[in-house]
Amino acid sequence: MNDFLFLIPALPFAGFLILALAGRRLPKTAVAFIGAGSVGLSAALTMLIGAGFIASPPQDHAFTQTLWTWMQFDGYAASVSFVLDPLSLIMTFVITGVGFLIHLYSTEFMLDEEGYSRFFAYMNLFVGSMLTLVLADNLLLLYLGWEGVGLCSYLLIGFWYTDPANGRAARKAFVVTRTGDTAMALGLFLLFTNFGTLNIQDLMLHAAKQWPVGSATAVLAAALLLGGAVGKSAQLPLQTWLPDAMAGPTPVSALIHAATMVTAGVYLIARTHVLFELAPVVQAAVAVIGAATLLIAGFSALAQRDIKRVLAYSTISQIGYMFLALGVGAWSAAMFHFMTHAFFKALLFLAAGVVILAQHHEHDMFKMGGLRHKLPVTFWTFFIGAASLSALPLVTAGFYSKDLILWHAWSSPSGSPGLWAAGLIGAFVTAIYTFRMVFVTFFGESKTEVNHRPGLRMLVPLVILAVLSIVGGFIELPRTLGNAPLFSEFLRPVFNEKAAEHSGIASEAVLQIGATIVALAGIFVAVLFYLLRPDYARKIGGVPLFESIRKFWLSGWDFDALYDRLLVRPFLWIADINKKDIIDSGYTGIANLNRSLNALLSKTQTGSIRWYAMGTAIGAVVFLGIIIFYP
Amino acid sequence: MIANVPMEHGLILAALLFALGLIGVLARRNIVFMLMSVEIMLNAVGLAFVVAGARWGQVDGQVMFIFILTMAAAEVSVGLALVLQMHHSFKTLDADAVSKMRG
Repeated sequence: MNDFLFLIPALPFAGFLILALAGRRLPKTAVAFIGAGSVGLSAALTMLIGAGFIASPPQDHAFTQTLWTWMQFDGYAASVSFVLDPLSLIMTFVITGVGFLIHLYSTEFMLDEEGYSRFFAYMNLFVGSMLTLVLADNLLLLYLGWEGVGLCSYLLIGFWYTDPANGRAARKAFVVTRTGDTAMALGLFLLFTNFGTLNIQDLMLHAAKQWPVGSATAVLAAALLLGGAVGKSAQLPLQTWLPDAMAGPTPVSALIHAATMVTAGVYLIARTHVLFELAPVVQAAVAVIGAATLLIAGFSALAQRDIKRVLAYSTISQIGYMFLALGVGAWSAAMFHFMTHAFFKALLFLAAGVVILAQHHEHDMFKMGGLRHKLPVTFWTFFIGAASLSALPLVTAGFYSKDLILWHAWSSPSGSPGLWAAGLIGAFVTAIYTFRMVFVTFFGESKTEVNHRPGLRMLVPLVILAVLSIVGGFIELPRTLGNAPLFSEFLRPVFNEKAAEHSGIASEAVLQIGATIVALAGIFVAVLFYLLRPDYARKIGGVPLFESIRKFWLSGWDFDALYDRLLVRPFLWIADINKKDIIDSGYTGIANLNRSLNALLSKTQTGSIRWYAMGTAIGAVVFLGIIIFYP
Repeated sequence: MIANVPMEHGLILAALLFALGLIGVLARRNIVFMLMSVEIMLNAVGLAFVVAGARWGQVDGQVMFIFILTMAAAEVSVGLALVLQMHHSFKTLDADAVSKMRG
């Protein structure tokens, strides 16, 4: 069964090729079948291979399939080979599974759009690239997938290209992530010059042997890789592109900008975790970046009016949690949160897509309202997603994953009460903005008529994701609630984490109760301000101080304005000075000189044959004179 | 007999003929007269060769003259054909009127 591993990324690529070459001539039904079907087959294959993998794990818990040698240089041959280990299996499972549900949803969501086949071609290319990224056994192939998903992200953010604003958002996403990608490329160069290989397994072995903990090269390499991860995963200081990326169609936001691509940075750090363990400074920086990002993005989400921007900031914030977990060495906790987040955030985005479609493409939550009765399935699934996001205790997946991160932030050797407190405040804020979104959108008076009711192809993915958002958490039960850490046990061969020590069960229980209280308190605040007493919110909003804070948060802590001042404007200024290109002027000068000489000479071409004869005669006399008098 | 004529005289005559021909080419506007003037210049050059050949007692000068004659015949045939074409196209033989190829 494992021999068919290559088909998992190959199927979406094949779908892309068919749609790109023949998509225009195919009817929409055929496009939908190819687009969603290729990913669906891939998902089914992943299930089969995954079942086989879990039933009888291969030696060393990793199966490598080499397809061909990609390029050969300096004694190193980069091969196109895929490796299946617990980490990549989980990523593949989420990408194909959630990806298929989103494709299925898109077949109906995008039905009335121009470029139906173009959309599915891009989406299939994305899934193929993302699978290449996670299955790659060397960093070069990983980088290929990394750039591939970046390209698809650009193409899909700018999918409705007739609006220049969408094109600008796409360019912003591309340029900002490229900043990180450049750092990552430098990191790859550094690793290659040091070890002469880019194979991840070999790199980690060599690094652990040759580099002492905290050595300068290790710190530099880890920091450069972190740069790439920060750009792709929209963390501080490169988080500004993600809210604007919401310009793309909603399924794109669900698939690329919530569930899969933006977590590539988390995957990269988890994959190269040995390197980060060798550079404790960088690992601590990962934790601090995560904590700062989750707070900043969480507060920004509080002030947004656009439902998709709330979710975008929420995504940044949740990835902040994953970074926090990575930073304190809780690798499997980060992956666990990645998985549950993929379920409930994809669910929230898809449900938001239904709402947006039903409200004439209205994004402003405050123009919606009262949708609870008109879109019951959407409401309940959205509610489950929101509960999971705000970590409603015991019954939701988000509770188990977020709790695990908070526990590690407190108890891990590199954790600290400060990081834990940041996570806890973040959880409080998360609960507020999530339920603010629920109450404003689905409760209160109806403000806009519902003009589009979702069909089966949109509702089925919602229901499946809602179920996953609940039961997805039960595969990793904490010690206080059954002690069944199946997920981290499954990942143990990859991360070699120590089994949880048996001390501190009491403190874990206390922390869990604390987190529960905080989440419930956040929900209570949202209920108070947005359901029971909306006038309170209005009164507080009227105070000038809070009003200016709201504006500050609405703009995402003014990072865009800061970067505009710091980077964009100086660059434009320099570009303006150098409008005529100083280096180019030398070449232009030569060209101009030639042109004027040419004009001068062409004047002598009078067209009169007698002048030419005269010229010849004078020339002959002059040359004869020279020869005779200056022999 | 030939030795009686000093070389200088022959060369001066050739130079005079050449100058006459050149002036004819530069001053006349009728293309036929210009062609004839070119012929005079060619003959002047031929005369110079013959004189030089006589002076040194070499046959090369006369060989060169035969070449010049041959070339002149070819040149005249092409030239006259062009003159006919020019008359056909422009209804004039004025060389200055045909100056469309101005740079």
